[in-house]
Formats: sequence, structure tokens, C-alpha cells
Amino acid sequence: MTHEQRERRSYFIGFAACAAWTALAFGAVILRLDQITALWIIGVSALAQVVLQFRYFLHIDFSRQKREDLQLILFSALLLAIMVGGTVWILADLDKRMM
Amino acid sequence: MSDNLHPGINLGADHGSDHAGAEATVFGFWVFLMSDLITFGVFFATYAAASDVVGRAGGPGPLELFNLTSVGLQTAILLISSLTCGFSALAVKYKEGVAKVTFWLAVTALLGLAFLALEIKDFADMAAKGGAPTRSGWLSSLWALVGLHGLHITVGILWASVMMALILRRGENHHTKRLMLMFGLYWHFLDLIWIGIFSVVFLGGLA
Amino acid sequence: MNLLFGRLGWTDTPFAELIAHPSVNTAVASGAAGLVILGALVTTVLLTRYRLWVPLFRDWLTSVDHKKIGVMYIVLALVMMSRGVAEGAVMRAQQGTALAGGFLSADHFAQLFSTHGTIMIFFVAVPMIVGLINIAVPLQIGARDMAFPVMNQVSLGLTASGAALMMISLVIGQFATGGWTNYPPYTGLAFNPGVGPDYWLWAILISGVGSMLSGINFAVTIYKKRAPGMHYMRMTLFTWTSLCTAIMLIYAMPPLTVSSAMLALDRLLGFHFFTNDLGGNMMNYANIFWMFGHPEVYVLVLPAYGVWSEVASTFSGKTLYGYTSLVLATMAIAVISFTVWLHHFFTMGQSSSVNIAFGIATMVIAVPTGVKVYDWMATLWRGRIRLTVPMIYLLGFFMLFVIGGMTGMILANPSIDYQVHNSTFLVAHFHNVLIPGVLYGVLAGIHYWFPKVFGFRLDERLGRVTAGLWVVGFSLTFFPLYVLGLMGMPRRLPDFDDSAYGPWVTVAGIGALVVLAALAMIFFTFWYSIRHRDRFAVPLGDPWDGRTLEWSVAAPAPEWNFARLPQVRQVDDFWRAKQDGRAYAPIEEYEDIVMPRSTAFGLVIAVASFCMGFGIIWHIWWFAALGFVAIPAAMIFRVFRTDTERTIPAAEVREKTEAWLAAVHAATPVTRDEEDTPANRGRAVFEGNPA
Repeated sequence: MTHEQRERRSYFIGFAACAAWTALAFGAVILRLDQITALWIIGVSALAQVVLQFRYFLHIDFSRQKREDLQLILFSALLLAIMVGGTVWILADLDKRMM
Repeated sequence: MSDNLHPGINLGADHGSDHAGAEATVFGFWVFLMSDLITFGVFFATYAAASDVVGRAGGPGPLELFNLTSVGLQTAILLISSLTCGFSALAVKYKEGVAKVTFWLAVTALLGLAFLALEIKDFADMAAKGGAPTRSGWLSSLWALVGLHGLHITVGILWASVMMALILRRGENHHTKRLMLMFGLYWHFLDLIWIGIFSVVFLGGLA
Repeated sequence: MNLLFGRLGWTDTPFAELIAHPSVNTAVASGAAGLVILGALVTTVLLTRYRLWVPLFRDWLTSVDHKKIGVMYIVLALVMMSRGVAEGAVMRAQQGTALAGGFLSADHFAQLFSTHGTIMIFFVAVPMIVGLINIAVPLQIGARDMAFPVMNQVSLGLTASGAALMMISLVIGQFATGGWTNYPPYTGLAFNPGVGPDYWLWAILISGVGSMLSGINFAVTIYKKRAPGMHYMRMTLFTWTSLCTAIMLIYAMPPLTVSSAMLALDRLLGFHFFTNDLGGNMMNYANIFWMFGHPEVYVLVLPAYGVWSEVASTFSGKTLYGYTSLVLATMAIAVISFTVWLHHFFTMGQSSSVNIAFGIATMVIAVPTGVKVYDWMATLWRGRIRLTVPMIYLLGFFMLFVIGGMTGMILANPSIDYQVHNSTFLVAHFHNVLIPGVLYGVLAGIHYWFPKVFGFRLDERLGRVTAGLWVVGFSLTFFPLYVLGLMGMPRRLPDFDDSAYGPWVTVAGIGALVVLAALAMIFFTFWYSIRHRDRFAVPLGDPWDGRTLEWSVAAPAPEWNFARLPQVRQVDDFWRAKQDGRAYAPIEEYEDIVMPRSTAFGLVIAVASFCMGFGIIWHIWWFAALGFVAIPAAMIFRVFRTDTERTIPAAEVREKTEAWLAAVHAATPVTRDEEDTPANRGRAVFEGNPA
């Protein structure tokens, strides 16, 4: 198999896997699973899709990357977590105290 | 020269100086996308904070407003467009010629338009059911978050159109190849954000 | 509503207000507006009189040279600083005369503190820092230009466009009265239907995008454009702090853009992000704003720390003490600064557990800062210290900034913060870190790098007087505010009747006069040094016995910076090269150098974004649409351009470089005792390490 075929196949793998995870998440809602289970499935499925898209569509392959690229993505994830997590924590706390 | 000079899609060593020259630009575009990710993140956080009784302010909620079929269709369209966008990148990388590149770009842009049309229809339906953004804080954050993504898609369609004109006129050179790499990253990034939107907003709201 | 002019009418000027209600208050407003118009007129006349329009356009406004863009940033900042300092002085005058009734209306006073803060942070501190980074970083890392020279021009254009909106708000309409943070719901449509908050929003939104793009540009430049051998741990500390600042701009600007965009949606389209009713949550505004606001503080101060590192090392003739610890401290500050934002709203009502977490994070951030201060002091220890202007600023910084840091530690404790929040104690604290920290650092940096950009030094004597005035002026103006704050005086107070405040506000008022004198001295120093530039000329490029790459080229630095990209071997590479006799080596082979061509793209974006902002503020929709459409149109037009680069022939590079090298070898090097004399032409005697 040539380089090109391999790469094209990787797009199809990513596509199929993402489609499967998406279907699973939609299924959890359509089948009216109880809320906690459904949210878990949706969450895991979203995470899986993000990883799959990074791997197969964006070609982020940690083993071959240079260090600064890894830093960029991990640092972004850290700050995103701090900002989103912090906001939810602060506003939920304020919300609770106003109820 | 190594195959990978910057994160994400690369031209590969075959492209010689075009590959090396793209390093700073594509890396810079990645940095921009990460900054954009924070923008979306803040909108997500605001949406999450507004998703309660106070935020809804007695207005309609997800059950009354969301159209799961349409969301599923939009998700499928965007996922397919990711694939076609990937094919346009492959056509550049493996030098399959201008015709193939523009063809896959055109398909991607048309899928983007279809996505946008469905999204606008959903917005119109929501407004008709009393779910306009002026109704409640929750609806404001919903319209802003989903609308911002739609705005990005619009920019992407415009970009793809200009890209096609540019490639047809100038052919593939270091400049257009660089723009193609960036377009690829941009479009895949939008699909990534959409994963967050349909999971958190639509599926999360209906679960 | 008028389709052609939106809500803009003939009476929306302070002059109309002055005619309708003549008073000292409206006279002051009209005077300020008049100054803006006068300034614009005088500039126009002078440019025409000396036929400078074409050179201005050709050599500056369309230039993509990072050094020139840096200079334009600093000129913009100095113009805006003049306004900001003047407003500060007017506010001091109002409080100084408050017991006698004052002379300003409360609304006018509120506009003053809103514009003063907005200008000083966004249009003075940011452009100054960005300007210094632009000037120094490519030279320090051995690059010929920024990674994205045209985007650099766009950043400047967007910043200038925001600044222009600030200035025009003096003449047309009124600025916001909601403070520099523009907190809703007060700035929402319900309580503030006028144009004031919109002026704030669009000035911030437009210039904010510019700052974010600057951040990307700096980060990519430092990551990807370093000279061969310039490993991360060989970069100068200024480059390190610039890198961290760039990263912070990239991640901290989006929250500001988002909070401003949300408030704009509330005001324009009736959304409910921050309204009182229908599910709006104004506390989220404070939350998002300070996710930007706190990192912003370190965005400003880190490059100043970088300047201190350069200054401490160069002017004591020693290698920087604790290089690695300074790098680690910089990175630690950059990351921790994203985890402390809640300390700006300790009293908003969240649980004590939330407050405590952010209070502790705030205290932790002082540790790396402390490390830095000790490192700088250890650098000076047993060095051969020259009391040049930057060194005097450094000494002032040591004494004053540490006090500011200590009061920060007091405020970091939520239970104490409850007592002094929203008082002048806080005002004193942040001026105490921003003036000795950022402003002194920038002024020291300007003195330090000025000869590299213009080819002549600034007068040392006048510079020392200026530095002295800044130290005295700052202390007199802001130390009384600590006392007033502890006495219970709220910030932003237009009038009061507690006579106990009297003596302290009087002292602060006198301090403001000293600060005004310091500002005037800055301009006088420039004027005097430019007039006597022959005496101060340092064309050989190394006036301070410099240690880093920027001093290894001529002054002013040539357009291409380096005729041949340097090969870097260690920290302080140029100083080591002088030691080993490698410096000023002849270049065997010259090559053609490709540089980006000048373009008006940035200028077009600046004008278009200004039209868009002004149109939205005044609801002149056709004007806004014009500007809005012009931006992508210009981008598309630019994408189709092919002649974006120009080649400088090797012969031209050779001619200039050989002439400079010949002058260097012919010159008599000067010792550090002669640094301050006309004998200093920019070639230094190598004096080795101090004993």
C-alpha cells in the first residue's frame, strides 16, 4: 500500500469511528436512557471523537511531534480547563448562595 | 528534511522549500486556533452557567425548542465535510492536480452551505416557538455559542470560495499550499467545536 | 432615527454643552476637546509645512519593519499617556479642591476616571510593552523580522484605531462612566442608553484583536525565527519574558473579547447576558473580564521584568545572576496568573472556600516575583555599577515596587480585602505596582534601546532628572492614598466633606504636579537629545558595552538587522565574542536578502475598523457596514497580490556593512568612564568581569 493509500485509509477509519461514537451518543438520547447514564455516554463519546479527530483528521501524533507542539496543545487544554472549570465553580457557588 | 515540521497536516518532504516555508505560518495558525478555542470555551462556560431555572427565566427549554433530527443531520453533514476537506488536503499533498483540489473544496463548501441552511432553519423555528435570544439568558448564550460556530462556518465557506478562485488562477504554489494547509486545520477545528456543541448543548440538553 | 447620521446630532459636542450651560465643568470638557482638535490641526499644519506627508506615508505608515512599527507603538503610547496623566492631574485637582466644592460634575469626574484607566492600561501600557518587544526581540534572537510582518502592521493599525475612538470620544459624544472595567448592569442599556459604554466596548474590541494578533506574532517569532544556535536557554531574559507575555496575550485576550462582545450583544440586540432581568447574570461579566484582567497585569509587568534583567546585567558589567531561576520564575508567573482572577471580586458573595483558594493562589504568585527581585539584587552585588538612567529607574523600582508587592499581599487576604476593597488603598496598590513596575521599566527600556533604533543616545543628565521626578512624583501622589484608604475613603469619589482627608489629598495633588513635570521632562529629553544628536551619536552600535546580539550591529540597526545570521554559542553571546576577539569579524560572503515589501494593508484595516466601530457606536449602520465589508475585501485583495516581497541585493548589504565594519575597526574604543561623553561612539573597551 502506498503512502497515499495509507493516509486516505486513515481518514476513512477516523470517519467511521467518529460516526459510530456519534451514533452511540445520539442513541443514548433517542432511547431515553436515564439522565446520568446518557450524560456519561455523551461525555465519553465526545472525548473519544475529539481524540479520534485529532489523530486521524488533524494528524496529531504525539510520538513524532516536536516538543513545542506538544506544549502548545497541552497548555491550551490546561488553560481551557482552568477557565471553564473556574467559571462553572464560581458561578455555581454564587448561584447556590442566592437560592 | 522531516515529514513533520509543524503540528497537524503537513505537506511532507516531497514539497521541498514549500514544506519548510510553511512551518512558521501553519504553527502560527495553530496558535490562533488555540486562542479561538478559549473564545469558544468562555461561551461554553457561560452557556453552562445559564443552563438552570434562573437562566431560563421561565422561557422555553431544550425539550420545546430542539430538533434532534436536524442536529443529527447537521452533525452528519459536517463529519462528511471533514472527510472531503481531508481529500482536498491529500490532493494537494500528493500533487493530484488543481482540478481535484478545487473539486473537493467545492464539495466541502457546498456541505458547509447545507449545514448552514439547516442551522438557520433551526434558529428560525426556535424563534417562532418563542425561543428568540431576547427571551432569556439561557437562550442568549445558546444563540451566541451556536451562532458563533455558524459564523465561523460562514467564514470557512467564504475562504473555500476564495481559495478555489485563487488556485484556479494561480495554480499550486507555496502561497496557495500554505493557505490550503490552514484551511484544512480551520475546517477540522470547526468540526471539533461542533462535537462540543452537539454533545453539550443539544444532547446534554435533551438527555 | 436618522438613517444618514444615526443618533449623532449637532449638539453631541462639549462645545454645544458649554454654550447651553456655561460653567467651569463644561469649560474643562470643551478645553479637552479643543486640545484634541488643536493637536490634530497643529500636526496637519506641521506635516504640510515641512512636506512630511509623503515620507510619513512611505517610510512609516506603510512600513512593515519591526523597528519602525515598535517606534510607532511607543509614539502612540506617549500621546495617549499625555492625555492619561493630564486626566489624572485633573482628578487630583478635583479632589484637592473638593472641600471647597470642587469644579467638576460627578458625571464628568466619572468619565475622567473611566477614560484614565482605559487609556493607561489599553492604550499606554500595552502599546509601550508591545512597542519595546517589537523593537528588541527580533534583534535579540538574531532574526531579520517578525514571523508575520504584515500582521504586525495590522496589529498596530487595530490598536491605533481603538485609540482613535478614545480620542474622538472627547469631541463627539461622551465616554462611559462605568470605570475602566465597564461593569454591567450599570453599563447595560437600561441604565446607560447613551454612547459612552459603546465607545468603551468598540475601542476595546478592536484594539483587543490587535493585541491577540501581536501575541501570536511574538510567540511564533520567538519559537521559529531564532538564529542558528540560539537555544531556548541562551535567549535573553527580555526575550523569555516577551515569550511568556505573548503566550498570555494569546490566551487572555479571548475572554476580554467575549465579555465585550456579550455586553455589545446585550446593548445592540437586546440579549440577556448581563441584564438584571430574564436570566442575565452580571456576576459572569466580572468573572470573564478578570480572566483577562489578571493575566493582563502580568502581560504588562513581565516584559518590564525582562528590561530589569538586561539593565541589571549590562550596567553592572556582570552576567545575570540565576538565569535559570529567572526563566522558571517567569514561566511560573505566566501560568499562575491564570489562576488568581477571583481576587478582583472577593466581595461578590461567593463562599469563603472559593475566596480562600484564589487568595492562596494570589499569595503563591509573589514567590517567583520575590525570586526575581533577589536575582536582580544579586546581579548588582559586587558588580561595577554605573548610575545610568536605566539603573536609576531600577533602583527606584527596587524600593517602590516591593512596597506595592507587599500591599498586594495584604489585599490577597480575603478577610482584609473586605475591609479595604473599593477604597483608595486599592488605587494606591495598583498604581504602586504599575508605575514603578511597568512604567519605570518601559522608560528604562526606552533609554536603553533608543540608540539602537535612532543611532544616538538620550541625554543622561536630563534622563536622571526625569527619573528622579518620577520617583518623587509617584511617592507623593500615591502613598497618601494608602492612608486615605485606611481612613475609609472610597475610590472614584468626586466630592466629600470629611476634612480629615484634606491634608492627604493636598499632598497627592502636589504629587500630581510633580508627575506632570516628569511627563514634560520626558518630552524635553527627547527634544534636547534630538537637537544635539551629533554629540550623542553612537553609529558603531554598542554604547553600553552590551552583552546580547542587538548590540552587535550598527546603530540605527539596518533594515535587515543582520547582514549574515549570527551563529550563537552561549548566553551573552556578543559579550563573550568581544572577550574572545570574535566580535566584528569580517563577513566573507554576502547574500541577497528578501524582505517583505511595504504595504498599506494595515492602514486600510485600521481605517475600516475605525469606521465600523464609529458606525456601530452611533448607529450609523451604512457606515458600519462599509467598514465591516472593507475588512474581508481588503484581505481577499491582499491574498491575490503577488508582489509582496522585495530583494535587497547583496552588493547593497555589502557596501553598508563593510563601511560600518571599517568604522568600527578604525574607532578608538571607550571605557565605561567615558560612556556618558561625546567620545562614546558605540565601541566599547572590553573591561572583563569586575573583581
